[in-house]
Amino acid sequence: MPVIEVAGKQVQVNEEGFLTVYEEWSEEIALALAKQIEIDMTDEHWKIIKFLREDYKTQKETATSRRVQTVGGVPVKEQFVLFPKKPAKKMAYIAGLPKPKGCV
Amino acid sequence: MNKLLVLGGGTAGTMVVNKLRKKLKKTEWLITLIDKDNRHIYQPGLLLMPFGVYKAEELVKERDHFFPAGIEYITGDVSVIRPDASEVILEDGRIFKYDQLVIATGTTPRPDQTPGLDDEAIWHKSAFDFYTLEGSVALRDALAKWPGGRMVVHITEMPIKCPVAPLEFAFLADAYFTEKKMRDKVEIIYVTPLEGAFTKPACSRALGAMLVDRKIALEPDFMIERVDVESKTLISMDEREIPFDLLVTVPLNMGADFIGKSGLGDDLNYVPVDKQNFLSKKYPNIFALGDASDIPASKAGSVAHFAIDLFAENFVEYVQGREMKHNFDGHANCFIESGNGKGLLIDFNYTTEPLPGMFPIPVIGPMPLLKESRLNHMGKLAFRWIYWNLLLKGRWIPIPALMSMKGKRAAVVVEGEKVNAGH
Repeated sequence: MPVIEVAGKQVQVNEEGFLTVYEEWSEEIALALAKQIEIDMTDEHWKIIKFLREDYKTQKETATSRRVQTVGGVPVKEQFVLFPKKPAKKMAYIAGLPKPKGCV
Repeated sequence: MNKLLVLGGGTAGTMVVNKLRKKLKKTEWLITLIDKDNRHIYQPGLLLMPFGVYKAEELVKERDHFFPAGIEYITGDVSVIRPDASEVILEDGRIFKYDQLVIATGTTPRPDQTPGLDDEAIWHKSAFDFYTLEGSVALRDALAKWPGGRMVVHITEMPIKCPVAPLEFAFLADAYFTEKKMRDKVEIIYVTPLEGAFTKPACSRALGAMLVDRKIALEPDFMIERVDVESKTLISMDEREIPFDLLVTVPLNMGADFIGKSGLGDDLNYVPVDKQNFLSKKYPNIFALGDASDIPASKAGSVAHFAIDLFAENFVEYVQGREMKHNFDGHANCFIESGNGKGLLIDFNYTTEPLPGMFPIPVIGPMPLLKESRLNHMGKLAFRWIYWNLLLKGRWIPIPALMSMKGKRAAVVVEGEKVNAGH
């Protein structure tokens, strides 16, 4: 697995650039990752990212768009506005989590 | 007397009772299976039905024809499972106690979950599913008299049963219209929530190229919000619009409602289980097998078959208080129809992508992996006989439960697919 520098820190990532170690994430890193994919982080964005981080702790897997809607309380439509085109993937990328499953 | 209760007599449930009736002594274990009806449908046939390959009656047999002697078969609708009391309540009030419960009630297409889709002005008139016998037959009749226009093949959301089926449908439709000499009158668009033709990169490349060859347009990353009934248009969450003359959709797939009601399901009513042995993450006497579980493997009969070979061994160890040693690797083996009497074969698991090579015997084959051949199509047709006569009854089939790397060429995919999250 490659190691890259984000926001002045060394972090491990997979071949698609997703962080692979939960503990290596920080809010500064999230901001840097968001900038790379041209997302301007607002409170609404943070609400989802924080939900994903917390949810992962108990579920041990990344919440799907559907779960962000039903448990996190942000409608899928809103997720598409905040993280255009590929919300599930972009939210996971910024939150330093694996891509959500459902792709098998 | 110990009681094993199995909910669902489809592919998985039927294999479970056949395997376990042989392994569990009749003096020690009572096995009961509950299903809502006595109609077992050969589901792989539903894909070919719209193109006139089968008659409806060839795909349906009675469930109990495939159950072994020495099991109790009950017809009824499950209302709720009460895991804390280890009992299942039916809609008619009957109560069944269990020591061990196997949930094998599969997954079901739910057009009602997408606004507009199940509107009676379009459903089974210009919008069809092909995962039910009714949908597949209605689609066959519609295709037979369709003058042409824009056909949209659409997936609502992953996961779906048999994830390659909609692609196969698009390939077969191309061949069907070509054969009818009306391909020039038909536009085919493949609309998917995924970012490519399929999920796994090597496979997505191979199958994506096949879409291009057949002049089938691809609309990726399309998350549907609703169907506008009047204009017959799919509308996405990010407000893209795709009009259709004929829609072939895979509706949202969900596990049984009683699973959610019983507090045993995830967001889509699938039962969270250990992906290596199918034991519920919440209750030590509940297993979920086949499409009903949340394991990250294809929802497909081949997966259920490999899984249940191992589950039967595990279950005996488990009820004897021993460690379950037969871990499942997510092995799937699927024929993919590509039209014109040809097909592909793919073989993969939780961690290894479908690879090119020969199957089941290295180098010799006779079936090439991830490559079109007539033999693979014949394999798919022959499978109906294997299914009814060997597979359901738990008889030996010459494919191992765990995936093998023999005869496969791994080097081809080493480069991988590098997709940046920003694209």
